[in-house]
Formats: sequence, C-alpha cells, structure tokens
Amino acid sequence: MVEVHLWSGLRAQAGGREVVEVEASTVGEVLSGLVAAHPELQEVIDAGVSVAVDGRIIASGLTEPVSEDSEVYLMQRLKGG
Amino acid sequence: MALDEYKPQKGGDQLEQGHAFKYVGTRPDRPDGTDKVTGRARFGADITAPGMLHGAILRSPHAHARIVNIDTSKAEALDGVKAVVTRADFSAAIQPAPGMAGEMWNVLENVMAGDTALYDGHAIAAVAATSALTARDALKLIKVTYEVLPHVTDVDAAMAADAPVIRDGTADKSVPPGLHPNVVRYHQSGHGDVEAGFAEADLVIEDSFTTEATHQGYIEPHACLGTLGGDGKGELWCCTQGHWNVQKICAALLDMETSQLRVTASEIGGGFGGKTTVFIEPVALALSRKANRPVKLVMSRSEVFRATGPTASTSMDIKIGMRKDGTITAAQGVFRAQGGAFPGAPMEFTAMCAFAPYNLANVHQVGYDVMTNRPKQAAYRAPGSPMAAFAVESVIDELCNQLGLDPLEVRLKNASREGTRASYGPKFQRIGLVETIEAAMAHPHYSAPLAPGQGRGISCGFWFNHGGETSVTLALSEDGSAQIMVGTPDIGGSRASMALMAAEVLGIPYENIRVTVADTASLGYNEVSHGSRVTYASGLATIKAAEAAVRELCKRAAAKWGIEEEAVYWEDGYAKPSGPNAGDFEPLHISKITRSMGATGGPINGHFEATPEGAGVSFATHIVDAEVDPETGSTKVVRYTVVQDAGKAIHPTYVEGQFQGGAAQGIGWALNEEYIYGTDGRLQNAGFLDYRIPVASDLPMIDTVIVEVPNPGHPYGVRGVGETSICPPLAAIANAVSAAAGVRMRNLPMSPPRIFEALEAKNG
Amino acid sequence: MSKIHVSTTINGDAAEFLCDPRETLLDVLRDRLGLTGAKEGCGTGDCGACSVTLDGRLVCSCLVLGAEAEGREIATVEGIAPGETLHPLQRKFIEHAALQCGICTPGILVAAKALLEKNPDPTETEVRYWLAGNLCRCTGYDKIIRAVMDAAAEMREVA
Repeated sequence: MVEVHLWSGLRAQAGGREVVEVEASTVGEVLSGLVAAHPELQEVIDAGVSVAVDGRIIASGLTEPVSEDSEVYLMQRLKGG
Repeated sequence: MALDEYKPQKGGDQLEQGHAFKYVGTRPDRPDGTDKVTGRARFGADITAPGMLHGAILRSPHAHARIVNIDTSKAEALDGVKAVVTRADFSAAIQPAPGMAGEMWNVLENVMAGDTALYDGHAIAAVAATSALTARDALKLIKVTYEVLPHVTDVDAAMAADAPVIRDGTADKSVPPGLHPNVVRYHQSGHGDVEAGFAEADLVIEDSFTTEATHQGYIEPHACLGTLGGDGKGELWCCTQGHWNVQKICAALLDMETSQLRVTASEIGGGFGGKTTVFIEPVALALSRKANRPVKLVMSRSEVFRATGPTASTSMDIKIGMRKDGTITAAQGVFRAQGGAFPGAPMEFTAMCAFAPYNLANVHQVGYDVMTNRPKQAAYRAPGSPMAAFAVESVIDELCNQLGLDPLEVRLKNASREGTRASYGPKFQRIGLVETIEAAMAHPHYSAPLAPGQGRGISCGFWFNHGGETSVTLALSEDGSAQIMVGTPDIGGSRASMALMAAEVLGIPYENIRVTVADTASLGYNEVSHGSRVTYASGLATIKAAEAAVRELCKRAAAKWGIEEEAVYWEDGYAKPSGPNAGDFEPLHISKITRSMGATGGPINGHFEATPEGAGVSFATHIVDAEVDPETGSTKVVRYTVVQDAGKAIHPTYVEGQFQGGAAQGIGWALNEEYIYGTDGRLQNAGFLDYRIPVASDLPMIDTVIVEVPNPGHPYGVRGVGETSICPPLAAIANAVSAAAGVRMRNLPMSPPRIFEALEAKNG
Repeated sequence: MSKIHVSTTINGDAAEFLCDPRETLLDVLRDRLGLTGAKEGCGTGDCGACSVTLDGRLVCSCLVLGAEAEGREIATVEGIAPGETLHPLQRKFIEHAALQCGICTPGILVAAKALLEKNPDPTETEVRYWLAGNLCRCTGYDKIIRAVMDAAAEMREVA
C-alpha cells in the first residue's frame, strides 16, 4: 500500500482524510486508486493534478513508478507563463 | 564564500564524469541575430497572402451586459466586406462545466461572446474586408442591442454577498459552502499547527496587502493570418508561445479535424505567458472559412490591454510569527485572486509558492479564485508567485526590522534546503536557495553605503519550472552539418542554446548547426513554451536526439572497420576505436560518414520524444536600492542585483538577459503598472501612455550573478531561468521603498500618488 | 474616397505608392512597400517600435500620414546596413545580446543611429533619455545601453 498525502482542501472529498492508502505501482495507479477509494476525487483529478514522488514532481506522467516506501504528495497541476 | 567558488556538485551525468564543456557555457552570437537587426525577421503581422482580407473585431463597450440582438445586415452590405461572424459561426458542441473542467468552453466564450458581454472589450462579432480601413468602418455598422447589467471589478467586492453574479454554476466542488457564486475554485494546504506555532513566537505580525492586475506588456500585439477552406483544410500563421496548443483549440472551436490544421509559429515579439492561449486565431479562421479567402487579423494596442489575458489582481492576508533569534515559528496566508469572468486566477500557485523558500514546521495557506467583469486572465511569468512573495517578504522584512535582525541572515536561517518539507507538501530535492542567499550576502551591493533618502530591500523568490511534452528531430546533412527541428517557439534565444547542446554531443562547431522551430505538420507534439521549460525540456530532447544520431554514426564506423559497435566511441566530431584491442583505425570525421550515409544504411537522423519529469525548481535572491522623493512620491531605482540559481547556464548571456528582463517587469509591477477601472467598469488606461512600463531612463544597469546548483533531472544540470526572476522584485522594491520612505507600503503599485498619500498619512 | 499618389525616397531609393488619406506612413511602409522592419506596437506614438527618420529627423511613423511622405527622405532599419556588412550598431547589438525577442530592435537601432549622428559621444544617461521613447519589455535595457555605448566608441575610433 502506498500512502498518498492530499492537500488539506481535499479533505471534504476524501471522507475527512488527508492521507489515503492505495494499492499502486505507478502514478496512474495512485490516481485511479484514489478515485476508487473516494469517487468524489474524480473531479479534482480531472481538473489536473501533479504528483510528487519522493520530492520529484511529476507534472503529468502516469507511468512513473511508485513503491511502498515512496512519499507521495498530490499537488494542483503545475503550469507556467 | 567568493562568488566564483560555485563548483558543480554531484548530479547531471556529464558533471559526474568530470566532463569539461567545450560549447555549453560559451557565448556565441544567436542564429537569428542578423535577421532581427536588419528587419528581415518575420513576426506575426509581417506576412501577407494573395487575395488576403483584413479582419476586425467588434468589442463590448459594457463591463456586463446581456446581448439582446446583433444586426449585421448593414455591415454585410458595405462594399468590400466579404464575411461577418458571430458566436453562431463557432462550434455548438462545446459545453460549459464547473471550474477548469470547462476550460475549452471558457476559451470559446472568451473568443466570442455567447449571450452575455462579460467585460469591457469582450468580442461580440467580427468582419473580414478587402482593406483594414473598410473592416474598421464595417464594425461601426453593426448594431448591437445590449441590456446593461450591474458589474463588479474588484476581487474583494466580487466575494461580498451583494456582488452581481458573473455566471452561476461555475464553482467546482473544491469551494466550501456559503461563499458567493463568484468564488469558483478554492485551495487549502499546509502542515503542522500554526496556532501552536504563533504561541511560541516572540513577535507575530499580521498584515494585509493588495496587488493590481498587470499585463505582460509584450510590444508585439497578437497577429495571425488564417486560411480555412471548404475542404476542411487550414493553415494558420501566428505569433504564439505554443502552436500545437493553438492547433488543438482552433480545431475544437471550429469543429475541424486537428490534423487538417497546420499552424506555423512566426518569430514572436514577447509573450511572457500571455501568448500561451488563443484570442483572435479562431476568429481569423472562422472569417476565412466564410469568405473563402485568407484573413489577416492583428490586434491594436488598446485591444491587447482590454481583451487579452492580464494577470490576476490579489488581496492577501499574511500572519507570520518569529522568535527573537530569527526562527520563523509559524506562517499563514490567505490569498484572494480574481482572473476575470472565468475561473483560472492562479491562486493555488500563489498559495503554494508563498512560503516555499522557508523551512517551516507550521504553515497553512488558503486560496480563492474569484470571477469579476474583467478580461480572462492568462499566465504571466511565474503565475501567482510574485504576488505571494510581495506579501510574505514584506512581513518578514517588518519582523526583521522590529527585532533588529539582518534580513539575509534571517532568510538563511530559515531557508529551505535539500530534504526540507516544502510548504506545499513534498520534500525538496537538491535546490540552490542557500547558495543564492550566500552569494547575495557576499556581493559588494549588500554592504555598499546608502546615501540619505535611500533604502535597501531584499527578497527571495521561488518558482516550480516545468517539463512538458517535447519532440525534437535532428537530421545530419551529407557534409556533416546538422539541422535540428524543435517545437518550442524561441522566446529568449533558445535556438542558440539548443545548438550549443547539440554541438556538445556531436562535437561539431556551433556554426554548423541550424535550429528551426518546426510547424505542427512537421514534428511531433510539443507543449507550449512556458514554465521555463524550453532549455530544460527541448534541451534534454536535443541532447538525446543528438546522442541517437551519434549511436548511428558509431554503428556506421564500426561496420566500415568491421568491429563491434561497442568498440567505437565518439569524441569531438570523430568516431574512434575504443582501445588498442579494437583495432588501429584512424579517427573517422563525421563528414566522412555522412557523405556516404545514403549507401551505408540510409540518412542518419536522431529523434527523441518524451514528457520529461525532472524539471528542477529554482530560487532567487534580489537586492535593490531605491530613493524616494518625498515631495512627489516618485521612486528612483538606484541599484539592482539579481542572484539566481540556473542549475547550469548553457548560454550565460541569455541567462543574464532573463534575469534582467524579469527584474525589469517586476520593477514596473511594483512601481507603476496597474489596470485602472472606472466606476463604469471600463478600462481607463488601455495604452502605453497611461499603462506605464519601465523605459530606459527609469532603470539602472542590472547586475546579475548566476549560481549553478545542478538539477539532477537534466544531463547538464539545467534549471529553468525565465520565470523565477520576476518573483522577488515586487517585495524587494517594496522593502527598499518602505525603508527609503519610512512607511510600509502594502498596495501595489507604489505609484507616486500612493507613496505621497502614505507619507502624508504618516506625517499627520 | 480616392487614393493619393505619393512620390518619395526611401533608404536612398525613389519610391511611389497610392494610399488612402487615412493611412499612416507605418501602414504604407509595411502594407504597400513590403518594408516590414518598422513595427506597430501601439499605433499612438508611445512605444517607438515604428521609428524611422523623416528628412533626418527621428519620428514615430504611426504619427505621420502616408501622404506626408511626398517629396521627403525616409530612412528605415532596412537601410542601416551599408550593403553586405552590418553597421557597428547592428554588430554590437548581436555581440552584446541587446535583443531577446527582437521586436523593438528595429526602432531602437533607428533611434540610436539618429542619436550618434547628433552626438557621437553620449553619456549613459544621455543614451537612456534619448531611448526613453523606445519601449523594450524583454531586456531591461542594460545590454542595449552597453551595445550603443560600445558602438559609439568604435565609431569614434574609426572616424
């Protein structure tokens, strides 16, 4: 199981939790695991999220690997100017 | 530490091996230099086509109004008018949705109003005619019946209970209940216990700040030439930061197959984020389709101000607690930002960047995205970050003043480092904030004496930087020279940097490499040139594409010598046998391999496609000295120093240029630039006379220090540099001006009337 | 409205065109004569991107009517290079990286050339105030000023 940290504004859509455990070996599986556990998160994930794995910010890639001891943080999708 | 002691540390393959760069880090002339100094370079409006018509757009004079009726009959009857379009000429299939999920509809609604004019300048209809003057005359003949509605342009007023509703149902699920429908997105993040943290502090300062909307201010107005036939095939020439994005959006808005629209990016006269989307391009194509002729559409300067994408205005509340020894014990920020009549104000970046430079056990940030009757915001160089830095760094400055602490020492004490938990959640990898602070402390500027009436301000700043979809193709010519096709429009001299990186890999001179920005039909998908991604991502792809070509070159040499591929290596433009066991062969120059490549296996190209995810964040520290004239409230920037971590400067002169350009925009934003709306909701200053950007006589020379703390995610350690440079100046100048004037300035811009008023209030 | 016939000289060459009375000199240069070096940044004389000289005097071509070109001598950026080689100002701009996007460059080169013809040895302040009518959004002006001063120094040496 991978521990996924959500930003505190998502608590309402994750049953009050800020940390959700999912079964996943890639970033894509993390996101689908989150939606499976808390369907209300679908909207925010569709709106765009970036995922930080052990401090490395994955802006959009779904195939990046994730392991059980990875520290995973969800962030709002990054874009620049 | 002396300024030149920044040795690259571990990280970046080439640096690990102790590689001595031969081309990277040098300062050759840019390849488009001669074209640009002779007037030969072709920008967006520098194009014509046979049979071309000229387009013009009719815009709402009201900040908020229902469009009751549009009568185009007299315009259509005017001699020379060949087409008139309204919203009905665009896709009916695109539907609105809450928050950013409805972004394609938001773009369409912004390109051409539906049933409501949402801001002064909103596009209502457009014409194409045989001359630009005829098109302008035709606009006057279009009769629009409006029902004027109440409007709101201020971010805080738009959240109040009695504010006019811009568009119901736009808020997404993130917004907590009980807020006005104009609040469309919400962000909250942080960790620890801020109340406990404040309790531990010796001094807590709580303060509120505002910044006004500003425009990227590119000197080139948007311009395009579109051709769309009845066969569904189209061509578009436009100045843009991202032509694949333009292709995608235009195709959607016109119900076209994406692949049937070829978009070519012209040279671009500035973008800074404002040209990452579309405004007039779909209109040119719609007009062309209706008239069956090419249509050229160019915006006027007042249209650019009224109807493109300025940045958000903000209203912010900051609370920071500090101990007497300078340790920050807790930090909290609430950030309200308006992005016009659509969701998208970058408040989540404001919130995430605000405290990023600091190692905090207790931090909390909240952001609100609010709609108003203003144009749809677009990205502007590190969107959201400069405003946050202004507010946060001003409060830290006050804390330092009141506790009698040195501002750089306090930044250093609390600085984020590798392993620090960022305010927005994950831990930092290797970063260069400390190195920039130390370089600033060591810089002669920091210890130079100040004259009477002068004040010094410093600030740190942070930006994420980006990777993004990237495709690059490299083709070798028979004479051993190389052509590189990239897909990222060159907004800062990147073609030179690509050529330097390719030269490094191929071992051939920089002058033997030509870099072209290919059109959408000639190369794979590329994300927009934004997020300081080009040198990083197109650079990485260029390196990989060149390495692929090198592998093929070595393979040809191996075949010629009759040895294993693994026994050949590449150095300085030659294939060489890798040891005495491989055989005693003379090194084979690239041109000797390419001249027979047709016969030895075919043309030799290299390509690379990826969405690289190793972009490194970057930090900067700025120092500025300013002088305030107490009789007029006018500020003079006397001295400015930018210190920023570039990871690895591929072409140091262009890195310096980015540092200086970002600082100059920040100076304008801090001292003079703002969107001024009247009580009628109309933009009062839609021109360069009254929207006052810095001119040559306003600024001193801008000194730069390039710090290099390599990014482990790029072969040469590159970090994006284009955006971070605009993050510190708002606060650095506010701190300098507050010191010089003796009064804390909380509202940007700090224009002479505002400073004068603050001095009057202080002096009673 | 019938068009006006204008005969003029541009970069030393005779030129003729027809224009609408409302067209500016900038419109005419760009749309009728194919000289797109001068740029429209604002159309109201605030940005200097359209700078040309009219009988040797630096003007914003967006503030001059096409019809006013009759019998005058106009010089644009396309005429700065004396043939195959570049003018020292042009060379120094490339050398000093005094341009990033390059949209303001034609106007600044025309303005800087006009300055050095009047004052071959300007101070930094004089250069900054002379160029205050030419907006640049990319560079912060630092490298532009250095390039102009360096070109001036080279031109004084040769003179």
